[in-house]
Amino acid sequence: MSPALAPGFADPVLETQRCFRALLEAMSRPGRLQTVATALEPPPPLGRAAAAVLLTLADADTPVWTDAGAEAADWLRFHAGCPLVSAPEQAGFLLASTAPPPLASLQAGTEEEPHRSATLILQVTGLEEGDGWRLTGPGIESLHRLRVQELPAGFLAEWTANHARFPRGVDVVLCAGDRLAALPRTTRIEEA
Amino acid sequence: MRRRWMGILARASAAEIEERLRQAPPLPPHVRLRGPEIGLTMVRGRQGGDGAPFNLGEMTVTRCSVRLPDGLVGHAYVAGRDKRQAEWAAVLDAALQSPALRPTLLEAVIEPLAAAQARRAERDARKAAATRVQFFTMATMR
Repeated sequence: MSPALAPGFADPVLETQRCFRALLEAMSRPGRLQTVATALEPPPPLGRAAAAVLLTLADADTPVWTDAGAEAADWLRFHAGCPLVSAPEQAGFLLASTAPPPLASLQAGTEEEPHRSATLILQVTGLEEGDGWRLTGPGIESLHRLRVQELPAGFLAEWTANHARFPRGVDVVLCAGDRLAALPRTTRIEEA
Repeated sequence: MRRRWMGILARASAAEIEERLRQAPPLPPHVRLRGPEIGLTMVRGRQGGDGAPFNLGEMTVTRCSVRLPDGLVGHAYVAGRDKRQAEWAAVLDAALQSPALRPTLLEAVIEPLAAAQARRAERDARKAAATRVQFFTMATMR
């Protein structure tokens, strides 16, 4: 075990409930920014929001894939108790701190059971509302704008393909620092 | 080594551990990594020691993990709901792994606790032995 193991949630029950609420709000209002209020200090390169989301959602039944390195993997295994897999296509949750694996390679569920799909937690450098992408779809009254800084190239094309195979598909949670925004598979994205 | 001191700490109450710690040098400050938290664990058994495993039942355990400033991590799982005992056991587990602290702590905390537990076990064994019935004797008394 890594000698520099960091603490998890100070109050696991309340903090995971609060984080779950933020995720629920984020998923039902795609592109709206939510702040995860926590004092969590995860090992780098994990951001606060991304780490809190994983501690909230991952457990012994959810295989997790991550590219964040050995220290973050040890931390996740200790606090979430989740199995870590090396193949992205086996994972229920994925945490990408750099370029994510292709969306088409991840579990997308089946036509009968579309909920058996993966959720990608993608760390980006910045999230800003009111500018950038034009989001439409369920949960958005007319139009919502979201600017995402330093997204891997080709993400929009992959997202269009992901959106087109509804009800199958992958959901994405974008995290920057202690803020997060969700992109459920139903959301359409147009470049500004 | 570690197995022995964890066994002794798991059988000692929080009050006993604190009593011994008062006579020991102060422990380094610690950070709680997880817990102390109370949960259930399944106890499994085997009939006769080599039969098929079966679930005997669930028991309450309290666990705690702490880290010392020098990066040593201590873990403790103790039976029951005593969070103070679990935390002290975890801190002592971490401190006992440090070669600098181990000799003094073994002498000031672990050995006295072990001696007290051995005395208690011996007293209980004596009490039980006093009520022992020799069926063979009863049959040949007449």
